[in-house]
Amino acid sequence: MNPNKEADFGTPQRHSTRLVTLSIDGHSVTVPAGTSVMHAALASGIDIPKLCATDTLEAFGSCRVCLVEIENRKGYPASCTTPAEEGMKVHTQTAKLGDLRRGVMELYMSDHPADCRDHAGSGTCEMHGVAHDVGLTEVRYESGRTHLAAKVDASNPYFQFDPAKCIVCSRCVRACDDIQGTFALTVEGRAFDSRIVVSADEPFLDSECVSCGACVQACPTDALVEKSVVEMGAPDRVISTTCAYCGVGCGFRAEMKGDELVRMVPEKAAKANHGHSCVKGRFAWTYATHQDRMTKPMIRERITDPWRVVSWDEALQRAATEFRRIQDKYGRGAIGGITSSRCSNEETYLVQKMVRAAFGNNNVDTCARVCHSPTGYGLKTTIGESAGTQDFDSIDRADVIIVMGANPTDAHPVFGSRLKQRVREGMKVIVIDPRAIDLVRVPNVEAAYHLATKPGTNVAILNALAHVVVTEGLAKEAYVRERCEWPAYEAWRTFISDPAQSPEAMEAVTGVPAAQVRGAARLYAQAGNAAIYYGLGVTEHSQGSTAVMGIANLAMVTGNVGRIGVGINPLRGQNNVQGSCDMGSFPHELPGYRHIGDDVVRKQFEDDWKVTLDPEPGLRIPNMFDAAHDGSFRALYCQGEDIAQSDPNTAHVTAALRAMECVVVQDIFLNETAKYAHVFLPGTSFLEKDGTFTNSERRVSRIRKVMEPLCGMADWEVTCALSKALGYPMDYAHPSEIMDEIARLTPTFTGVSYKLIDELGSIQWPCNEAAPEGTPTMHIGEFVRGKGQFIVTEYVPTDEKVTRRYPLLMTTGRILSQYNVGAQTRRTANVAWYAEDLLEIHPHDAEDRGIRDGDAVGVASRAGETVLRARVTERVQPGVVYTTFHFPEAGSNVLTTENSDWATNCPEYKVTAVQVSRAAQPSDWQKQFQRFSDEQVGLAEQATEALAR
Amino acid sequence: MNDKHHRLVSMANQISQFFESRPTEEERVGGVADHIIRFWDPRMRKAILEHLAAGGDGLRDNARRAIERLAAAQQPA
Ligand code: SF4
Ligand code: SF4
Ligand code: FES
Repeated sequence: MNPNKEADFGTPQRHSTRLVTLSIDGHSVTVPAGTSVMHAALASGIDIPKLCATDTLEAFGSCRVCLVEIENRKGYPASCTTPAEEGMKVHTQTAKLGDLRRGVMELYMSDHPADCRDHAGSGTCEMHGVAHDVGLTEVRYESGRTHLAAKVDASNPYFQFDPAKCIVCSRCVRACDDIQGTFALTVEGRAFDSRIVVSADEPFLDSECVSCGACVQACPTDALVEKSVVEMGAPDRVISTTCAYCGVGCGFRAEMKGDELVRMVPEKAAKANHGHSCVKGRFAWTYATHQDRMTKPMIRERITDPWRVVSWDEALQRAATEFRRIQDKYGRGAIGGITSSRCSNEETYLVQKMVRAAFGNNNVDTCARVCHSPTGYGLKTTIGESAGTQDFDSIDRADVIIVMGANPTDAHPVFGSRLKQRVREGMKVIVIDPRAIDLVRVPNVEAAYHLATKPGTNVAILNALAHVVVTEGLAKEAYVRERCEWPAYEAWRTFISDPAQSPEAMEAVTGVPAAQVRGAARLYAQAGNAAIYYGLGVTEHSQGSTAVMGIANLAMVTGNVGRIGVGINPLRGQNNVQGSCDMGSFPHELPGYRHIGDDVVRKQFEDDWKVTLDPEPGLRIPNMFDAAHDGSFRALYCQGEDIAQSDPNTAHVTAALRAMECVVVQDIFLNETAKYAHVFLPGTSFLEKDGTFTNSERRVSRIRKVMEPLCGMADWEVTCALSKALGYPMDYAHPSEIMDEIARLTPTFTGVSYKLIDELGSIQWPCNEAAPEGTPTMHIGEFVRGKGQFIVTEYVPTDEKVTRRYPLLMTTGRILSQYNVGAQTRRTANVAWYAEDLLEIHPHDAEDRGIRDGDAVGVASRAGETVLRARVTERVQPGVVYTTFHFPEAGSNVLTTENSDWATNCPEYKVTAVQVSRAAQPSDWQKQFQRFSDEQVGLAEQATEALAR
Repeated sequence: MNDKHHRLVSMANQISQFFESRPTEEERVGGVADHIIRFWDPRMRKAILEHLAAGGDGLRDNARRAIERLAAAQQPA
């Protein structure tokens, strides 16, 4: 077996508590009931050849190379489809079995391309290993008819399909159906004529295939193989790491050849993804070596000046001198820093430490401000901890789930696939979303309810659901009495029972028929195990925090927190949203969500950091922009974030950046924000450094360096160097020492260390004396805050209302193949699936405006105007339009406004009143954007050219 | 009202709207005051106090009472 491959036991692990003992080749083997003979043998080190079986899929029993003999049984059963039984006596190696297996393999090999047959192909084809194992030394005949002339389908940018090498074992078909849930592949025809067909016999790229790669992993031959393997050959070593895209946080094996990364393969042992992946993590990592990577520090006086490439020292000195000059002139609070959820825990921890200790203020915020900050506020208030309550595996025990304001099949694809599997197994789903996301209806999956709310009415619908629970006697009051503050519950019960909160009363507000709301509430409340999964469609509203509390109310009143299969699960957008929040990069909170005004906590940090800390909260990101406009905020250190593209009301943000005297950007590309910068510090991709990410399940996983930093320094080293230039040296030899400091100062992280992560694979915090190996499910027996707190959640309509001038409501989201600001995915072949942001509009609204599919349309809000192409679709309701925000020139955030969540200032991205009309040319903003952007790219190019001279 | 004050007034009013449904006066007013102390940078607090001193135009009743409370708690410099 290839030592670089994860072990494959042929059929899935079984978990029965009943054990059976059998004898295999004279060895006594004990396994859980239901385990296949193959799994029992392979797991105890006894080899059985196999082709159509792999342990990520249920057995199929088609290839017949895994035959065994079982005493007192007739014939030669396939070991993959035969369950182990008590007392069974199995023989895996007999002369007869050898003959049979050689016969089977000879037939396969006779129809296998000679180049692959003779030269072991790319080195990843399993056929040769099996042929060798069964003792097949030569193929005596060429079969008359072969598939050898079949054409290779190379349409997918990342992998190819060569039917000549296909043995029709259907592993790919089963992977696509059972694991991914896309059902893109079928076996057509019978016997010799059988072949794999993609969708309606289309090339992969044009089919419904979502390029998750599951079929490629499953394929035992090189029929489905990564193009990078074809080009570079088989990898020869492996480094485990974690995907740097979404909040699922999939574990991957970076498979290397020498110092070059050949492919990323999802790790079966990784607990977040169990060996599955999506197109982003699996394939879209090539941005890391894209020609646009910036690898040299640069400085300039004004943003109209050309950049000058300088040494690290000079760049860091410039930044430090400017920061100090500005503080001397305008006050200590005139500078601040922004961290990114794309950076590691260690990096964000260091930035907040530098801001608090070296800048001497608390003006540090993270991009979670603009996504999940309401989760922090809402969950801390109600249940006491700013995090999801479960692990992903919990869904295996859920009977009903609510998916609210989230689109897992696009934005959290691996979890989305898992969710679809569970629906196929009978779990019920209630979708609450203005838009018909895939989960509402795709082949083999249909939601029980789709509550298609009007944007901005989440609190109203949550109240209506809770009203039904309480007034129809479905509340679990015994649970509430035991676990929650009873007087607060009583007050809430009075509020929620009021007919004003009923589905009937709210129908006019939410647009959802009352009967549907009643049905959904009954389903959720009577489910046994019911869980809520939610995303930014909940948080990014003027009442985002209130909605999170509404979700907690609903979960508590139905007794659905504190065990497996239930809970409140925020799906985090980026890989390290949970982590960046945990690490204290909020202006009012130190690591572990402890308020900076808490003297005891602050003292602890002061003693450790040997510095006096400011007890007052600092500016949040939107407050920084406002303060830049009024002149009290003049300099910014921005690590890994692209606020000029991602934050709302672009004109307001860019004017704020222009108003600053020193903007320092640290990034791997010259992003939109860097175009307004005075100092550019090159950053490193996740492949170039060590660290940890914390996913949506609170799971802390390692990223491991697989290549040297292109710019010579890892990001954490840059922050340390900058801090030193500011006169506050921070000395660490390795990121593991930063984690040791985090553990020392953060009660929920006390037990976390790189050593323990290496041992366990990953750790879900809290990890401390009480939970030495971490905590998959929180709030068991008691809430973190002690008693759960019900909060009255009055619905307050947003100020962003439709008017005659702006009669439609725009909401935003993500698409599978692109990621957030797109800085990474736009620089990969993923653009083959989505190369521009489109505006989805309902056929009625389109017709009213004379708009056809594909037309350029102007979209105007009170904040700005842009032009996009229209996609006419019934996915959106009449009155609602939808777009993504992956391409800067599209300017989705030119439209969004500075409205924000009442508690946290998280922007109200999801509700913008707009008008849409046909357009003939780009908007004024777009023209200006293009001019400015071209100029800036030119200024950076001049710098590199000057260097080359 | 300048832009800065306008923005802060609307933020204070939003906070107020959340706490207005609390059962006691103490929670309604104290909730707003406490929220502002815990989450607003001092320069924002200073600005809203200035705005109050200039008449507090646009503030909801409950928000105004909360900010008056902040003003009262402020030590004379
Ligand atoms: S890549 Fe994924 S979606 Fe596409 S055919 Fe293979 S398994 Fe199915
Ligand atoms: S983007 Fe998300 S789902 Fe896709 S591989 Fe990465 S972590 Fe997994
Ligand atoms: S591996 Fe068992 S029949 Fe193919």
